[in-house]
Amino acid sequence: MMENGFSSPRSEAFPAGLRVLVVDDDPTWLKILEKMLKKCSYEVTTCGLARDALNLLRERKDGYDIVISDVNMPDMDGFKLLEHVGLEMDLPVIMMSVDGETSRVMKGVQHGACDYLLKPIRMKELRNIWQHVFRKKILEVRDIESLEGIETIQMSRNLSDLSDDGQLLCGDDVVSLKKRKDVEKKHDDKEVAENSSAKKARVVWSVDLHQKFVRAVNQIGFDKVGPKKILDLMNVPRLTRENVASHLQKYRLYLSRLQKENDIKSSVGVIKHSESPIRDAAGSIGIQNMINMQHNDVPKNTYGFLCHAKIVQSVNPRGSEFDRKGIGSIPASESKHTQTIDGTELCKPRSSQKEFGHFLKPWEPGVNLAACDRTFMSRGSWCAIPEIQMKQEHNPSCLDDGLKELPIPGQRLQMKADFIQQALPIDSGICTKERDVSGTETTKPLYEHRSNVSHVSKLGFTVNSSLLQAKTCIESNQAIGSISANPPSGKKSEFNLGCMTKLEPVPKDIKWGACLTSLDNDYKRNANLVSSSDSGINSSQSQTSAFMPNYMDNEPISSQAPSMKNQGFNLNCFADLESSQRCVDWGAPLFGASSDDLQVSWIQDDCYAMNLGLQNIDFSEYRDPALIGEVPVHLYDALKFDHVNSSDPTEYCVIDQSLFIA
Amino acid sequence: MERSHLHRQLVLARQTLFDQGYLDEQFIQLEELQDDANPNFVEEVVTLHYRDSARLIYNIEQALEKTALDFNKLDSYMHQFKGSSSSIGAKKVKAECTLFREYCRAGNGEGCMRSFQQLKKEYATLKRKLEAYFQLARQVGPIDTASRPK
Repeated sequence: MMENGFSSPRSEAFPAGLRVLVVDDDPTWLKILEKMLKKCSYEVTTCGLARDALNLLRERKDGYDIVISDVNMPDMDGFKLLEHVGLEMDLPVIMMSVDGETSRVMKGVQHGACDYLLKPIRMKELRNIWQHVFRKKILEVRDIESLEGIETIQMSRNLSDLSDDGQLLCGDDVVSLKKRKDVEKKHDDKEVAENSSAKKARVVWSVDLHQKFVRAVNQIGFDKVGPKKILDLMNVPRLTRENVASHLQKYRLYLSRLQKENDIKSSVGVIKHSESPIRDAAGSIGIQNMINMQHNDVPKNTYGFLCHAKIVQSVNPRGSEFDRKGIGSIPASESKHTQTIDGTELCKPRSSQKEFGHFLKPWEPGVNLAACDRTFMSRGSWCAIPEIQMKQEHNPSCLDDGLKELPIPGQRLQMKADFIQQALPIDSGICTKERDVSGTETTKPLYEHRSNVSHVSKLGFTVNSSLLQAKTCIESNQAIGSISANPPSGKKSEFNLGCMTKLEPVPKDIKWGACLTSLDNDYKRNANLVSSSDSGINSSQSQTSAFMPNYMDNEPISSQAPSMKNQGFNLNCFADLESSQRCVDWGAPLFGASSDDLQVSWIQDDCYAMNLGLQNIDFSEYRDPALIGEVPVHLYDALKFDHVNSSDPTEYCVIDQSLFIA
Repeated sequence: MERSHLHRQLVLARQTLFDQGYLDEQFIQLEELQDDANPNFVEEVVTLHYRDSARLIYNIEQALEKTALDFNKLDSYMHQFKGSSSSIGAKKVKAECTLFREYCRAGNGEGCMRSFQQLKKEYATLKRKLEAYFQLARQVGPIDTASRPK
C-alpha cells in the first residue's frame, strides 16, 4: 500500500506536508527519524549539528513548522538550541533523549519544549506531532482576537466560554497550567542565563519606547504586524529591526500567556457556576464589574493580576482533589486521625506554593526578580508552619462548635487555599509597589478569620455529609481565591477608606462576641488581637466582610472552614510584624499574651520580615519608572480591575448584614 | 524447496535474536519502516549504527585509559552510545550501557572497566549475528525478507 513516504501528495489535509526539522548528532537516529517522518507524510529536513540547525532556521524563518531536537549534542546543548528557537522563531520544539530521568525531562519542558520523547521513538508518537503546531496556531489566533477586541469582546467571549466550552477548558486546566509554568520558567532561566536576544538587543525598552511599540503594533494590526513595519512606524533612531523583532517576540509570548490565563480563569468560573447556582449570580456580578472597570479606568487588556488569582485557584482544586481522595480513606475525624492527615498534607501546600512561585515570577519581568525569589523561597517553609499551628487550634474549635461531623480534611483543603492566597497578596504587594501593603496584608488574614469566626459561631451548617463538603470546598477554594486574592492587588488606600466608611455599620463586634464564646483560648486571643487593633485593621476588616458574603452566602459550610485555619496564620503575621518593628502600632502590644503561638511564628519571622522589608524599603525602587518600564502596562490595569471586582462593598454589605441577622 | 528452507532458517535466526535477548522491539520498528523506497532499510541502519558507534567506542576507550577518570565525560559518551544502540534495538548492549552509567555515577572506575569490556563483547557478538542474519536475508532474496509484522 502507500508505503512510500516520498510521494505524499501536497494537496492532502493539514498534517501532511508539515515541515519538520530534525536535529540529532546521531546519524543513525537521524536516518530513522527521517524515514519515520516521511512515512507520516511530513516534509523532513535533517541536521546533524545544532549550529547548522540554527542557521537553517534563521535563514528560512518561516521554513519550518516544528523542530525535533536531541538533548545531547556535542556542539550545542539541546536546551540551548531550544531556547534560541523558542525566542527567535517561536516554533514548537520537541526534545528527545534516551534518558528519561525526570529532572532532564523537566529541564526540557522548563526550557519550553512542547514535548519530550524518549528514544527509541515510536512512529505513532511522531504521527501526532502536528498537534503541537496546530495548538500553537490556535493560540496565535486567540492572541490576535484578544488584541483586536480588547476588553469588551474579550470579556464577552469569556462569558460565553463559561457557558459553552468552559467545561472542556476545565479539564485542560492542569495541562495548561503546566505549560504556562514552563514557559514562564523558561523565561526565568533566560533572564538568569545570558540570553542571546538580550545580548543582541541592547536597547532598553523604556515605558515610552514600549508604548510607541504598542501603538505601532495596534496601528498596523496585530495579524499584519512585522518588525520592519513597526520599526518604520516607530521611527526611533538607532533602533534596529532585530531589536524590534525580539521585542515583538516577547510581546507575543506575553500576550499568549495572558490568553492562557484567561482561559483558565473562565474555566474556574465554570466550576463555580456549575456547582452553585447562587454564586452564579455573584460571579457574574463580579465579571460585570470587571468589564465596567476596564472601560472606565484603563482601556487595556489587563489580566495581569487577576490571572494570578486564577492561577492560584486552579492550583487549589487540583490539590484539594488529591486531598479528597486521601480523605476518603479516613472517615469523619477524630482528633487522632486528623493528626495523621496533617502529616500528609503538610507537604502538599508547600508544593503547590512552589508551583505558584513559578507562575508568579514571570509577571514581574523587570522588577527585582531576585528579591521576589527570596520571598518565594521563604514561603515554602512559611506555609508549612501555620499548619502545624492549625493542628492545635483547629481541632478544639471543631469540637467546640459541634462540628464533629464535619470532616476536618475538608477544612484543611481550604486552609491550603488560604495560604496560597496569602502568599499571593504579598507577592503582588511586592511587585506592584503599593503603599499600604504591609498593613493590608497582615490585616487581611484577620478578617478572613473574623467572618469565618462568625460562621463558626453560628453553628448552623454543622450537619453535612462529608462528600458535600469536599465538593463545596473546591468551590469555595476558588471563591476565596478570588475574594482574598483581590484585596491585595486592589489595596489602594483610597479604596480601603471607601470601604471602611461604607461598611462601618456592619456589626463586627457582635461577630466577635459570638466567636469568643464558641472558641477556645487560642481563638480568643486572636479575636482580641483583632478587635483591639486600630483603624488600619478596621478598614481591612470591613473590606473582607464585604467579600466574605460572596461565598458565605452560598456555602456557609465550606467557608466556615477557612476561618479556623487562618487563625494560626494570623498570629504569625502579627508576630512577624511585631518583630520587624514595621507593623503599624497594633501588633506589638497585643501580643504579650500568646507566647506559645509566638514561638511558632518566630520561626517564620525571617521570611515575613523580609517580605515586609521588601515592601517598605524597596518601594521607591519599584516606583522607579525605569523598572516599571519592564512591567507590562497591563499589570497595572489589572490591579484596578481587581479591586473593583472585590469592591462592591455596598452590595455585599447588605448581604453580610442579613447574614448576621439570620 | 531450497528457498523455503532458507526462509525458514532466516525466520528462525531472527527469532533467536529476540529470544536470546539481543534485540528488542526497536528492531521490529525498523523492519516496519522498510519499504519499497528503502528495501534495505534495516541493514542500512544497522550498518550506519556500527560505523558511527565505532567512533564512540574509541572515545570511551581513550577516556578509560586516563589515570584520573572523568566520569562526567564517560557518562556523556556512554549516553551517546546508548542512544545509538537504542536506534537498532540492541537490547543487551543497551543494558550494559545502563550498567556502565550507573558505575559512572557511583564513581566506580573498576566497574566501568568491567562493564565496558562486557559491553564491547555484546556489541561485537550482536554485530556478528546481525551480519550473518543479513547475509542470510540477502540469500533469501528481497521478495520476502523477514516476516514483516503488519
